[in-house]
Amino acid sequence: MVKVEHLVKYYGEKEVLSDISFSIREGEVVGLLGLNGVGKSTTMNILTGYLSATSGSVKIDGHDILADANAAKRNIGYLPELFAFYPEMRVNEYLEFCCDLKGVTKNKKERGEHLDAICQRVGLSHVRGRMIRNLSKGYKQRVGFAQALVGSPKVLVLDEPTVGLDPSQIIEIRELIRSAGKSSTVIVSSHILSEIQAICDRVIVIHGGKVIADDTPESLSRMILATHRMVVRILGESEKVTEVLKATPGVLKVTCLSEKEPGAYDYRIDGEPNTDIRADVFRCLAKADLPLLCTYNNELSLEDVFLHLIGDTHGEQKGGEEK
Amino acid sequence: MTAVFKREVRAYFQSPLGYVFIAVMYFFTAYYFFTYNLYNNTTDMSALFNQLFSVVLFLVPILTMRLMSEDKRARTDQLLLTAPVSRIGIVLGKYFSALCVYLVAISASLLMAVVLSVYGTPDWPVIIGNIIGLILLGAALIAICMFLSSITESQVIAAVSGFAVSLFLVLVDALIYVVTGELFQKIFSYMSFNGRYNGFTIGIIDFSNVLFFLSIAAMFVLLTAAVLEKRRWS
Repeated sequence: MVKVEHLVKYYGEKEVLSDISFSIREGEVVGLLGLNGVGKSTTMNILTGYLSATSGSVKIDGHDILADANAAKRNIGYLPELFAFYPEMRVNEYLEFCCDLKGVTKNKKERGEHLDAICQRVGLSHVRGRMIRNLSKGYKQRVGFAQALVGSPKVLVLDEPTVGLDPSQIIEIRELIRSAGKSSTVIVSSHILSEIQAICDRVIVIHGGKVIADDTPESLSRMILATHRMVVRILGESEKVTEVLKATPGVLKVTCLSEKEPGAYDYRIDGEPNTDIRADVFRCLAKADLPLLCTYNNELSLEDVFLHLIGDTHGEQKGGEEK
Repeated sequence: MTAVFKREVRAYFQSPLGYVFIAVMYFFTAYYFFTYNLYNNTTDMSALFNQLFSVVLFLVPILTMRLMSEDKRARTDQLLLTAPVSRIGIVLGKYFSALCVYLVAISASLLMAVVLSVYGTPDWPVIIGNIIGLILLGAALIAICMFLSSITESQVIAAVSGFAVSLFLVLVDALIYVVTGELFQKIFSYMSFNGRYNGFTIGIIDFSNVLFFLSIAAMFVLLTAAVLEKRRWS
């Protein structure tokens, strides 16, 4: 549905995108993840035809965004990072204008039904007669979402859709994105990792103008397991357990957390970085006849993965401690 | 194009701008109609149309100042430029909306002519020639000022640069006599809006003058579209 090949973009002398390539299948909800200023918005602006790439190509449903611009744009609904609206317009007027722009049928009944469905979906039905400038930020964002849905585009491009919203509004917008993903291909950009993790089937991480990772959030997390760190529950006297664990090869630090069950404590075990202490810990505990009751999930969060990918080792340590 | 045209026309009348522009044009038309025609008891409207030349020169920048710059400043151009509408379609939609408001504003002169025809016998070929001249002058000026509006985010700068161009177009007639060198005199003479407009005020519709104004309009409409295109590549 979306095919991006070798995008390069210069702003004057500054290279923003050095080589971005990816393709997105129909019905996927894909997150573009990256730090502020790495080129997420630029990529999205190029995808939607607002900007042109210095080199490279973008195809939307087989149509080139430059050579066959109108056909490509007909398949795109775009919510920019800063949703701008005409202050003198009411919600209804604005959506009607969007219908005219996107060439939605002029048949009054069909257009009315189309707009009714969109307004109902995004929760705008009761404010359709109001001036957009008088709406709250959350509702303005919904208007932006509604205009992106006008014309039932095959691809929805949402640039930081929850920025500046309060927590309840964020949840509402996430729900909207999830529901939009059922009927369209969705590309969401964000620097908020939890958001991407919550709504996306797939994550494309951009850093230094390049795609540095492209996988599902779960695969990315599994890709970088924290094998040098464990949180476990062991039955036995804490002094003895600590002594055995400290004697295990590769273990640097053992922290007894709390007694979770009668006679059983949780421990955090930190080993030397880039080692796998799990098998040794198991063998030593078995040898000392200390039953291992459970282990906690040691998959990294997307935040850990992201920081690992962009090479921020400090961040990774911080993420590990939080776990 | 139609969608942009409809929105822009609506925008003119959802803000005071459209009403003020039309009101001021009507005021000056009525004022000159009273002083030249009613006061002097004449059906010759040439003097009125002659005066409207200056009025149009200084009012058109007000009409066009927001046309392109507002979208750039408010970033509403993102909606337009990512919609399945061509750059030239966007520019033409905006251009024709301003031209439409302008036509409503200059319709006052036609109204005056109709009033005259009730009490006398106005020279209709001269009046029609004048109105055609006024339309062509407006068409060219709107295109120039729209282009100026496209190269800035500030409506004030767009208006001020529009006034500067208008002032230059007034002064260009004087420059013909100031500069030495036949080539410069020919260039300024060729550029003279007033000289080309004067033909219409005496009822002469010279095809070269019609072509001149239409060419200016087309050139600046295309230049405005080029500015939009350039922004995409910058």
